[in-house]
Amino acid sequence: MNRIYKRRLITFWRIITTGMTNFIRNASLAIAAIAVMVVTLTIVLFSLIANATFTNTIAQITNKIDISVYLKDSVTPQQKDSLVANLKKLPDVGKVTYLSKDQALQTYIKDNTKNPQLLQAINATDNPLPATIKIKPLDLNKIGTIKNFLVTPANAALQTADSPSYNGDRKQAIDTITHATNVLRTIGIASVIIFTIICALIIFNTIQMAIFNRRDELTIMRLLGASTSYIRGPFVVESAIYGILSAVLSMVIVNAAFIASSSALQATSLGLLDINFAADFFGSHFLRLLLLQLLVGILIGIASSTIATRRYLKFKTK
Amino acid sequence: MILLDRVSKTYNRSLGPSLDRISLHVEPKEFVIVIGQSGAGKTTLLRLLTREERPSSGKIIIGGIDYDKLKDKDIPLLRRKIGVVFQDFKLLPNKNVFENVAFALEIVGVGSREIKHTVPKVLDIVNLKGKEKRMPNELSGGERQRVAIARAIVRQPRILIADEPTGNLDPKHAWDVIKVLEKINRYGTTVLLTTHNAEVVNKLKRRVVTLEHGKIASDRANANYEAKDDTK
Repeated sequence: MNRIYKRRLITFWRIITTGMTNFIRNASLAIAAIAVMVVTLTIVLFSLIANATFTNTIAQITNKIDISVYLKDSVTPQQKDSLVANLKKLPDVGKVTYLSKDQALQTYIKDNTKNPQLLQAINATDNPLPATIKIKPLDLNKIGTIKNFLVTPANAALQTADSPSYNGDRKQAIDTITHATNVLRTIGIASVIIFTIICALIIFNTIQMAIFNRRDELTIMRLLGASTSYIRGPFVVESAIYGILSAVLSMVIVNAAFIASSSALQATSLGLLDINFAADFFGSHFLRLLLLQLLVGILIGIASSTIATRRYLKFKTK
Repeated sequence: MILLDRVSKTYNRSLGPSLDRISLHVEPKEFVIVIGQSGAGKTTLLRLLTREERPSSGKIIIGGIDYDKLKDKDIPLLRRKIGVVFQDFKLLPNKNVFENVAFALEIVGVGSREIKHTVPKVLDIVNLKGKEKRMPNELSGGERQRVAIARAIVRQPRILIADEPTGNLDPKHAWDVIKVLEKINRYGTTVLLTTHNAEVVNKLKRRVVTLEHGKIASDRANANYEAKDDTK
């Protein structure tokens, strides 16, 4: 058993070193394959970062949206408590916060410190601000149930005339952004798929060329009783090296792009794309992204070289 | 050691069978010469034995391995048990003599130290000591064929199959190759040799199987090449 294990280890090591030697010998063939793979992996990487950035942007804006319920001064604490409790029971409600008149005033003062005129108007008189219940919906598209609940006569009687307030215009903006990002996501996924296929085909071709150059050697290996994995292994290793190199290169390119953009562009965002967040995301997920790129690159390489070698390794069945 | 039972091989129906219900039994340690004209089916027979081709019908059993039950993934294991020498040598031109022989051991996972130990011994058997560093194109035909034999026997197969190993060689070199094959046979390896070289057959005085149009025309011990004519 030990001897078999040792032979397997030796064979595995020989496959790796042969693959590396072949990679160096075929370097001129490999350039095209690596170039396409770098483009593919860069697109994959860019799509991932853009997706995370868009998701973050939407989440940030969504987070600012809430429904404010203004209570009349005449509402008793019991009435307030039961209203808050009932709101919390609604399925689409995320978070319910109650601000008393004093808290509402303080928040108002805090929000308007740079606007002394507004502050003066309030300080002069008694506190005009109503006690407020702030509701964060779980999903902006499902605020219907909350709305229906608030407009029932019993509940409407507790609220001031301009309650509830929905921040309706903001929702519209969010819808537009969500729609735009969905389109971008689709484009991203489509281009990832298309480039992955192109990349696999080019590696497939490259390996077939390498096989063609060494077909006599492969025949001899076959006749001498080399196993399928021993013959195929070096080609798989070779194309896995394409994957590894391309993954590293794509990370370098994206990193360089962030460095270039931060010095060249004064703006922190390009349209919807928040560059600061994207750069932070790239930096904080660097290892995970690198691993993912390596995985994708190696998988593309292994898959296409396995298929490319299959035809040459078949035994006659008739 | 080798058992063929009514083995036929047809490549193309309109051309008829290349081998027609061949039955052959070779004992362990036997030295068998297969002779016959070009197209008589010699090469087809050997290609069936190395499982490069599958028979259209019939049964082949070599060293206890039934080819009907042999799975594709076990074909390499079968070939490791059979040493094969080809008429066109099939050496790797970019590897030197030592590396060409070592290659057969590398593909089955033998360690470098064992390779360094074994290969010179085998090169000694085929009388190529001191030519380890030569490239195949620096060798004569006979030397190349002996490298190919060294490569075929380095894994100590129980069966050695040689397809016209003297086909491209002048008489002197041809005889060198045959002597090496005899030596290997003396060490206990079953040898199956195809040739159409009458001189080789007559000097060897071994069992001779004659193929004609895909059939066994004669099968005699200590036969001469000329003996073929008597059977007609």
